[in-house]
Amino acid sequence: MSVPIDQLHAIAKELRKDILRMTTEAGSGHPSSSMSAVEVVTALYFGGFLNFDAKNPKDPNRDRFILSKGHAAPVLYAALAHKGLFPHEELMTLRKLGSRLEGHPNMLRLGGIEASTGSLGQGLSMGVGYALAARLSQNGSQTYVMTGDGELGQGQIWEAAASAGKYGLDNLTCIVDRNGFQQTGSAFDVLNMDPIDGKFAAFGWSTQVINGNDQQEVIDALNRARSNKGRPNCIVSLTKKGFGMLNLMTKLNDQNFHGKPMPAKYLEEAIAEVEAGLA
Amino acid sequence: MAGASSSVKSSRPLGKATRDAFGRALESLGESFGSLVVVDADVGNSTRTEWFGHKYPDRFFNVGIAESNQVGVAAGLAAAGYTALVSSFAAFITCNAYDQLRMSVAYPKLNVKVVGSHAGISIGEDGASQMGIEDVSLACSLPGFVVVVPADEASAKAATAAMLAHQGPVYLRVGRPDVPKVYSDETIHFELGKANTLQQGTDLTIIANGLMVGPALDAAEALAAEGISVRVLDMHTVKPIDRDALKAAAEETGAIVVAEEHLAHGGLGSVVAMNVAEIKPVPIRYVNLGDQFGESGTPEALIEAFGLTSTNVAAAARSVLAAKRA
Ligand SMILES: Cc1ncc(C[n+]2csc(CCOP(=O)(O)OP(=O)(O)O)c2C)c(N)n1
Ligand SMILES: [Mg+2]
Repeated sequence: MSVPIDQLHAIAKELRKDILRMTTEAGSGHPSSSMSAVEVVTALYFGGFLNFDAKNPKDPNRDRFILSKGHAAPVLYAALAHKGLFPHEELMTLRKLGSRLEGHPNMLRLGGIEASTGSLGQGLSMGVGYALAARLSQNGSQTYVMTGDGELGQGQIWEAAASAGKYGLDNLTCIVDRNGFQQTGSAFDVLNMDPIDGKFAAFGWSTQVINGNDQQEVIDALNRARSNKGRPNCIVSLTKKGFGMLNLMTKLNDQNFHGKPMPAKYLEEAIAEVEAGLA
Repeated sequence: MAGASSSVKSSRPLGKATRDAFGRALESLGESFGSLVVVDADVGNSTRTEWFGHKYPDRFFNVGIAESNQVGVAAGLAAAGYTALVSSFAAFITCNAYDQLRMSVAYPKLNVKVVGSHAGISIGEDGASQMGIEDVSLACSLPGFVVVVPADEASAKAATAAMLAHQGPVYLRVGRPDVPKVYSDETIHFELGKANTLQQGTDLTIIANGLMVGPALDAAEALAAEGISVRVLDMHTVKPIDRDALKAAAEETGAIVVAEEHLAHGGLGSVVAMNVAEIKPVPIRYVNLGDQFGESGTPEALIEAFGLTSTNVAAAARSVLAAKRA
């Protein structure tokens, strides 16, 4: 089951290029929010963690990934396309009228979407529901939820954290994409939720803090989470928003680059930076 | 999509988005309303309250992505004597914080101003999750709330001033795209609870607010060419509704079309119907979003797809006129 790390690095690059191309084509969207999350999404879908068959996306025994920070939808769509859920060229319909690839994930339109998100704060509670259902039906299904770091400001996250702790949901893993920014600026300034691991630990979770843009560290953390028994898992994934195009973001004088596509005239430069694999 | 702007096509000259007009008005009114404080929830660059925040950093609080807390904090500030304004996307401020609006603001009748931006489907590509299409209905269901939906730049500016001058809770709805001008700063007359008659007419009345005022005027023009005399009302205040204007419309024109960028249930159409049924029942037709969520697309494509067009308003007018004459 262990996939060669080079293969995952190659997939991560493809996902980043897709994210850039589809959002520039759409003329709107959140590429930087998507790019910080690429290594986690790559590990889940291509590193042997998520038991998800694109030919049978509604298999009741599947594992589930909920993108609670729904504005990062492009990373999820890119992964699902590479999984073969839909033709790769459909990525270019992102955000267009009638497309299954809406600005934020819509579980009614597309298989493989486990929660309709976009109003921040709601994904983890649904994950608790999936994890309880898996326990009830004893099907061994795992649930993974990704939240933003700014998203942790929502009280519902902590309501969910408390309930997952209460039920000792070791089949639930919450990955916090700690990219250090939210919409209006630094997540450390707007509402600093540190220590994030300490807060989850206080609710009875098992916690890890990792470099979430290091593919091997992500794999190792997910392996540890899987073998952990009796408590839900939180992985605080320390990342960089826009990882893969950081030099270009510095040049364009915006380390957050929140909610804006790469202008068409910089697209090839961004793709070249991804190709070169520079941070 | 914080800074980017888009616009709604029309034959009328384009003005600023109502969120921009609100943001500028708030910034300039900060001086005369010395007790005004603003609580943001990580969207001040979208709702434009950041302009006030830059000018008055001590009176601006950003509590992070936490709308329920945002409204509760504003309630505390208001109970302590400040005029507290909260703003987020219409969908998040009304839906996420509804119990706080009910319990902490409406019930104690606190002086909190609630501004929902990014209203309707005209925000475009972000799609359903970010589109406030039920906010007017929810706000109207809060006892004591005044609910205002301005149509353009000048009226959003005037509505902001009127909202701050009013004592008690107010919900103000503003939009993302640049919209056609209906008024000029020089000629606008704006009074909470008082409809503006944009055009007199005798055959039927089109009642609209927000984004639909422009198409209502365009439809009236098209109908005039067919010899149909249309009254057009800008019903910017949904609650309390202008019952005198409704009475006059029903009695003098005998047929009504209501046009709004909102779900059918609980919006302007519902409020008009409820009152007209009591005052003087006349045939009514509606142009609105029906009973469905929005989706992604350009604002222009969505406006077409969801039928919020002058063509549809005119068709509704012909239909209601036929019912009146039947
Ligand atoms: C309930 C709610 N409030 C506000 C927003 C608007 N919004 C969209 S993205 C965003 C910032 C998210 O920051 P973070 O969770 O750190 O995610 P990142 O983009 O950094 O990955 C905000 C405030 C929203 N989508 N939902
Ligand atoms: Mg973040």
